[in-house]
Amino acid sequence: MNLELTDEQQFLREAARDAFSRVKTVAAAREALEDPSARPDLWPTAREAGWAGLLAGEEHGGAGLSAFDAMLVMTEAGRVLAGIELLGHLPASSLLDQAGDVRAAAVAEGELRACFVAARPPGDLAGVWTIEPESGSVRLPAPLLAEDGGLTGVVSWVPDAPGADVFVVVATRPQDGAPVAVAVEAGDASASVAAATRYDATRSLGHVSFDGAAGTVLEGVGAEDVARMWYLAQALIAAESLGAVETALAVSVEYAKERFTFGRAIGSYQAVKHSLTEVLRLRENTYSLLLYAGWAYEDGRDEFALAASAARASGGHALDYASRTMISVHGGIGATWEHDAPLFFRRAQLARRLLGGIGDATDRVADELLRAACA
Amino acid sequence: MDLNDSPEQAAHRTKVRAWLEEHKAEAPVLTGEGALADEAQIIAARRAWQGRLAAAGLAAVTWPVEYGGQGLGAVEQVIVNQEIGRAGVPGILDVIGVGMLGPTIIAHGTEEQKSRYLGPMLHGDEVWCQLFSEPAAGSDLAAVQARAVAQEDGSWRLSGQKVWTTNAHFAAHGLLLARTDPDVPKHKGLTMFIVPMDAEGVTIRGLRQISGEAEFNEVFFDDVRLESDAVCGPLGGGWGTALTTLMFERLTIGLGSETLGYRADRFAKAIAADEHAKADPEVRRRLGELAVELLAVRFTGLRVLSALQEGQIPGPELGLAKVTTVSAGIAAGDLIADVIGPEALDAGSEWAYMISFLPGLKSAGGTEEILRNTVGERVLGLPPEPRLDKGIPFSELRAKERAATS
Repeated sequence: MNLELTDEQQFLREAARDAFSRVKTVAAAREALEDPSARPDLWPTAREAGWAGLLAGEEHGGAGLSAFDAMLVMTEAGRVLAGIELLGHLPASSLLDQAGDVRAAAVAEGELRACFVAARPPGDLAGVWTIEPESGSVRLPAPLLAEDGGLTGVVSWVPDAPGADVFVVVATRPQDGAPVAVAVEAGDASASVAAATRYDATRSLGHVSFDGAAGTVLEGVGAEDVARMWYLAQALIAAESLGAVETALAVSVEYAKERFTFGRAIGSYQAVKHSLTEVLRLRENTYSLLLYAGWAYEDGRDEFALAASAARASGGHALDYASRTMISVHGGIGATWEHDAPLFFRRAQLARRLLGGIGDATDRVADELLRAACA
Repeated sequence: MDLNDSPEQAAHRTKVRAWLEEHKAEAPVLTGEGALADEAQIIAARRAWQGRLAAAGLAAVTWPVEYGGQGLGAVEQVIVNQEIGRAGVPGILDVIGVGMLGPTIIAHGTEEQKSRYLGPMLHGDEVWCQLFSEPAAGSDLAAVQARAVAQEDGSWRLSGQKVWTTNAHFAAHGLLLARTDPDVPKHKGLTMFIVPMDAEGVTIRGLRQISGEAEFNEVFFDDVRLESDAVCGPLGGGWGTALTTLMFERLTIGLGSETLGYRADRFAKAIAADEHAKADPEVRRRLGELAVELLAVRFTGLRVLSALQEGQIPGPELGLAKVTTVSAGIAAGDLIADVIGPEALDAGSEWAYMISFLPGLKSAGGTEEILRNTVGERVLGLPPEPRLDKGIPFSELRAKERAATS
């Protein structure tokens, strides 16, 4: 039994921290709210660090690292609110790599940026693959892949879609409802992306439309594989949230030591201390669940849906609580434009609602447990 | 990342599993068909079973070999716990003695105390109890008032009251924290004693809890004579001795958390039995939320094991896992009872006991509030709450308290 980070993992983490430290990502997160062009392009950083091929096999020039390694990089990105397109890229690259697609090497190198257009796998109550609607609570059926190979559908709020070179779309076949992964080039005339940034300017989102687009069905990629990528994306968002939680906690704790009221540091008051301890508790829970997800991805595949959903729910809740605590510990100043706390709050608000949201992830935890209980 | 046993651990597990496989039919039956019902019978059977486990090397795994242990690590102890759980047999009866008090005696006791007490403790011949908490000294343990006064012949006279004492009614000995010098600040005037529970002047009374069962006791000491060799650890150094016990307490609770049975899959099974409830969004949300917490705690436990293997001792942050376990357990009890209805509160229901047990567990081993203070100060480095008892002799402190409330 060993859950400590290996030397390589510590190195990966330090290298990521170092790479992000060269860009003023937090300041950019604020500037980009008013001037979208202020959002730094971190894709060259990802390429240089080799993260584009983090999950791809060595035969395609990838690093062949584990999902947990990817989570470590995401945590470092989240720590400084860096908007880096790995959430969209990594699951897509993994499927292209698995299928031995002609673009796999270019994607692993980062020359082509891939984007995963996810669909949520069926659960115990709903037996179909679904995607996010643009608005409202009713999930929509995944895009359809017609028998003639044309891909049709609109998927909203797709992370990292704007500017992607190739989409890996989860679609279903009308004849049997079975899911397939279809690679579509962004240049395809019947594919289009409408950028849709909301509230958190660090996060690039898009509504992606396909109107009979010609794609390549990825060979050898089955329902289990595309489901695994949905859950990988859940774990990656959770890891990103963890990093933001850690910063929010550290900044809040420092302030609670320095700020005095009634002759005492505010961190000495139980009400403040207990809130911050609650952030730590949620942080510890989320990290434990990411370890669970990292282990399950490789060695406990039956449990990966459960582990990743639990991590997502925990991470989303942790960041929500941590960012609100960050604001309240700082008092009025924490709710002003000048302070960083609102940036973490914005991150929390949007992150918890992507890819099914944390409510859906929580339901998925119940779903997996109830199914196992009935088995 | 590796959750597998090392080759040595795997061999240890195989050995443990084989022994349990061969002998599990001899274990006392505590639940279900043919279960023992009489408490005295249960205790006798569990003591005998502890003796069997000890003789087989399945108790006190981490104790040094010279005191009857196996000289192995915490991970090997956990492997034993896991295998005992897997075999569906009871573990040792005297978890408090073997897990917490024995290691304290090993760390602080005299050679005579070690050779006199450890063997019978390990084999279940003499059960122990922990006499620390008092009605006015719980989370603020250093406020104990039980008073031991030195006599001219070197013996001691002990008077006072202890509470929340598990197993006291059948214990042979207790490890007791007493005040030996009230005229110094409260952490300084304490001494640890080994107390024979059959001594004249010791009165034990069961303390019934919400469930109606009496798992704890109140213990009264009325001018009890203790011999000079009853002192365990340094005179006036009882606080340091107690901290050793509390560290092992944290470890014992931390390593045994799964044995409480608060598992996400178990609770899900109860919900899954109700066709309507398992499709109800509100029920699913509540189940999902509490399951997230319990799954996290399960992996926090593995993190602790992994750290122990690296030679690190778990810090106070482990207390947060207790907070999580208790709050998720409470949420599970509420949810299941909401689904089942009043029938879940029947004394015979598997949930009624849990529902009654958890409100008290919230305060056990330090209240949640104190625990969060400790974590906030020792882990996050936040400043402590101003204290009014620092550097003041205990006797003056008591006089101030009395003046403030009169």
